[in-house]
Amino acid sequence: MTLNVSNLTVHHGAICAINQVSIQVQTGSLAAIIGSNGAGKTTLLRTLSGLNHPTHGEITWNGQSIIGIKPEMLVRKGISHVSEGKSVIPELTVQENLEIGALWRRNKKEMNASRNSVVDIFPRLGERFSQRADTLSGGERQMLALGRSLMSKPELLLLDEPSLGLAPLVVAQIFQSIRDLTTSMGITVLLVEQNAMGALKIADVGIVLNLGSVAVTGDASALIDDPQVRTAYLGY
Amino acid sequence: MFQIFNTFLIGVTAGSIYALMAISMVLVWRSTRVVNFAQAGMALLSTYFGYEVIHQVGSYWLALPIAMISGAIVAAVIELVFMRLLLKHSSQGAIASIAPIIATLGLLGLIKSMIGYFWGNQDVSIESPLSNVGFTLGTQTLALSPMKLFILIVVSILVIALTFVFQRTNLGLALRASAYAPEISRLAGIKVDLVRTFGWAVAGAAGGAAGMLQTANGNGALSPDSLEFSLLLAFGFISAVIGGLDSLLGAVLGALLLGLVLAFVLTYIGGSLVFITAFVLLLVVLLIRPAGIISQRAGRRA
Repeated sequence: MTLNVSNLTVHHGAICAINQVSIQVQTGSLAAIIGSNGAGKTTLLRTLSGLNHPTHGEITWNGQSIIGIKPEMLVRKGISHVSEGKSVIPELTVQENLEIGALWRRNKKEMNASRNSVVDIFPRLGERFSQRADTLSGGERQMLALGRSLMSKPELLLLDEPSLGLAPLVVAQIFQSIRDLTTSMGITVLLVEQNAMGALKIADVGIVLNLGSVAVTGDASALIDDPQVRTAYLGY
Repeated sequence: MFQIFNTFLIGVTAGSIYALMAISMVLVWRSTRVVNFAQAGMALLSTYFGYEVIHQVGSYWLALPIAMISGAIVAAVIELVFMRLLLKHSSQGAIASIAPIIATLGLLGLIKSMIGYFWGNQDVSIESPLSNVGFTLGTQTLALSPMKLFILIVVSILVIALTFVFQRTNLGLALRASAYAPEISRLAGIKVDLVRTFGWAVAGAAGGAAGMLQTANGNGALSPDSLEFSLLLAFGFISAVIGGLDSLLGAVLGALLLGLVLAFVLTYIGGSLVFITAFVLLLVVLLIRPAGIISQRAGRRA
């Protein structure tokens, strides 16, 4: 059970955003994708979740090709994508934002059970249950976005910059929660981050993207010590 | 005093029909971000289906639900085969924002000419199933007839049912989520395309009901070039804009407000000023509060 990407190429019009990318993510591991702006990180995630379409290449999940499957159907196969920028719906309440993640199962009991376990993980969401999402702080919104994703009981989580725009202390909390999802719930996580240091610290594997191609890949701890990665992406 | 009360009744009844039309514009706008000018044609077509039922079976009570169901089917088919293709092909470039609007105008023309082809261009008529003579209160005649009472009841039931579905059911949650944030909704597993088609179907049913009620409330005449339906579209649109175009509650309140304003203008100033008032109201709202008078406060995004 792995996520297998081979020779993936994605174009935005004439621009090649992802060029011949091959990566593998083992089940139950946390992989961090780092790289500068425009490296193709977001495009890669959006292609994995079916929002963007590859020019060529192959993506398999649990040995099955997932190319051409719509995002709403991939959720049913256990792949859940939390897009960039605290992806919650501001007009809906916290409860409603959570529940939309489990509507597709059409099972009220399971929905309530998922909701209770999400509130156990993020007690803050329980306190804000009937408030509109636009009354939440940035960190709470990110928790809500993660919580909504967990409502679908994912096996593979695709997270796009969960640290974006959050205070350092809150970033640490969110990163810890993400690490816990892999460690205690066994969810495979593919984490895209600008905050390279923070992401590599919690990740098992690191993948460095540069201009649409894989530049370096290896154990996250090894990448932190890699002099080249340090100067180019970690900044010290 | 009594005249004020009667004017109020006339305004509320007229406004309740505008509300149905406004709801159907709002539903389509929310789900597809298209102002659907073909709504008048779709409502007209459903009313012709209703007329056909009355013509064959002789029952307005059967014709009303059938008009609504056929309105729903027509709208769903238009969304499925026409709008999806249109939005896919015109999603880029300078044409993107106006192509759907022009297309709905084209659709309006197409539906009207098809009605003319099948039913002819001369007037047909739907008789009011209930008396349109007002109840009497002592020596005074109320501006509330059995037919108008029926209209108020039907519209109230439809609005309450819609509100319940939108606010209290999972389907309603899917509809709202898809309207606010289609991409997040898809990532959450909602079949947004299907939900959109359903939104159109509900809009079509509301339009069908508006057409059947308006025709029976008015002089009963029905023709492809019906002024009544053009006005229904215009008033429904104005109501929806007053309500902020995004809110069902806003649409209903906007429609009642419009109905009342027009009724008071009609009674106290003069019939010739009704249309001028309606369109001045539209322009004033667009100029001063384009987000609508009764708009929801916008959420902090991202």
